[in-house]
Amino acid sequence: MMMSSADATRLAPPRSLSDEEVVGIRRDFPILGQLVNGRPLAYLDSGATSQNPVSVLDVERDFYTRQNAAVHRGAHTLAFTATEAFEAARATVASFVGAQADEIVWTSNATEAVNLVAYSFSNASLGLGGEAASRFRLGPGDEIVVTEMEHHANLIPWQQLALRTGATLRFIPVTDDGALDLAAATTVVGPRTRILAFTHASNVVGVVNPVAELVALARAADALVLLDACQSVPHLPVDVAALDVDFAVFSGHKMLGPTGIGVLYGKADLLAGMPPFLTGGSMITTVDMHGAQFLAPPQRFEAGTQRVSQAVALAAAVDYLSAVGMERIEAREAELGRRLIEGLTEIPGVRVLGPTIGVERIGLASVDVAGVHAHDVGQFLDEAGIAARVGHHCAQPLHRRLGVTASTRASTYLYTTTGEVDLFLATMREVAPFFGVSR
Amino acid sequence: MTSSDLQQLYQQIILDHAKARHGFAAEPFEPLASGSAEAGARHTAESHQVNTSCGDEVTVRVTVEAPAGQKPDRIEDVVWRGDGCSISMASASVLSDAVRGAPAREARALLESFREMVRSRGAIEPDEELMGDAAAFAGVSRYPARVKCAMLAWVAFEEALLLAEAS
Repeated sequence: MMMSSADATRLAPPRSLSDEEVVGIRRDFPILGQLVNGRPLAYLDSGATSQNPVSVLDVERDFYTRQNAAVHRGAHTLAFTATEAFEAARATVASFVGAQADEIVWTSNATEAVNLVAYSFSNASLGLGGEAASRFRLGPGDEIVVTEMEHHANLIPWQQLALRTGATLRFIPVTDDGALDLAAATTVVGPRTRILAFTHASNVVGVVNPVAELVALARAADALVLLDACQSVPHLPVDVAALDVDFAVFSGHKMLGPTGIGVLYGKADLLAGMPPFLTGGSMITTVDMHGAQFLAPPQRFEAGTQRVSQAVALAAAVDYLSAVGMERIEAREAELGRRLIEGLTEIPGVRVLGPTIGVERIGLASVDVAGVHAHDVGQFLDEAGIAARVGHHCAQPLHRRLGVTASTRASTYLYTTTGEVDLFLATMREVAPFFGVSR
Repeated sequence: MTSSDLQQLYQQIILDHAKARHGFAAEPFEPLASGSAEAGARHTAESHQVNTSCGDEVTVRVTVEAPAGQKPDRIEDVVWRGDGCSISMASASVLSDAVRGAPAREARALLESFREMVRSRGAIEPDEELMGDAAAFAGVSRYPARVKCAMLAWVAFEEALLLAEAS
């Protein structure tokens, strides 16, 4: 069927990155050019941590070379310029995910961001924060809902919150295929649900969960929503306002930034009512020996000396991603993901975890090799210069649900070449014969 | 394309032990009765060890025998259960073969030689006469990340033996 050119434009998927463009991108990542075990490094572990482009490293070095000072205190020039850089970084990251600057709270990592929300709830449950914090109070009879697919970072803080408050933790189960059981979700999320916390994209099976559907369930139950966006914000365009989630968390080091910085997004009106988690300097207005008044968000949640160079470097990482284009990165990784899945499903004895067809996925795949433990697979890959993740990827319940204790994961990013994916596939074909389990 | 280092790490003897799993208890362990010492003779204790970096785990159960009125001396039995990579499973299999029936003193000497070898970063050539199948783990010493895998069952054995002797 013929299409008019206007239709073609409208229907055309976003242009992916070409292999040549990826070669250019790789020049910005010197770490990728090295040999490992005598072979060119094939870095397929960006799901765990990504690499930094030179621009990010330069910005961090430049900050320490010319601007370093403590922020939001002091009247000298460096203190002022450092504060400006710190707050400009906040604005950059906010606009990258469709948020207002004052809705972005810096944390050490995504794990701390989840804990910040959980501890704020538990402080509210103790009566802190007064009436403004009443909607964050939990007690017996209230329910916290997560999913069986969660990374431990979005599970254990809620288990602990339930223990502290007497609330009940429930979960949306995973189907035999490794997808969220949305039919069951409608019975798990109900009038007692106070918060629903779930991952946007799974760090193990790679599926992108239906945020709109889950948010609708939560809204019908008048529950709050926290989105674990650690595997989505680095890999696809994310607009937290459009998704209408109340909170979202992600980490800098998975999106070309440094370690030591993570982000909590919270809707402004919610953050305004939340009691603080960490307390101390920089988050107060007036203090006497008996008590203190707290600053408005986001400073209320940023006690102590801040991660200034990391914030500035994370903003440089966001600038890098924006310059390449998140739609194009998403399209490129979708191609690499399909190549991975198609190749892996053809290898005898290799089982790809999770749904492989007909679902939206990010560019990663986790597999079980029959008769070969993941740690041994990882060793074999390492010998070929391939960095892949082996183990339970901080998601023991999901692995148990899928009938395995550990798996081998290859995860791609904007700098991943098709050659690296093909090398991974070719090496995976040799695993079973080497360990003497081929049939 | 596999390097000789990798062949050294995964020697056939290791791959065979990883499959055969000598000393592996077919049924889950029944809990140990507290104060399991049967009047004077046999003492059983166990130790559970986990490699948190990869989730491998092993439980080793050691039974020692004491001549009447004396301190325990001989390792009567070593059985284990666990789940993990071929290095950790083969190591548990080799361990149970090597120490079953041995005097505790000899088992500890072997344990120390084994530990020294796998931590040597390739510097120690094992005495195959002395170490038997355990000598096959010399290749592990070139892979520092795998030393924990090789040591897992031995560490469990070391602790279980102490507990059994003390019980």
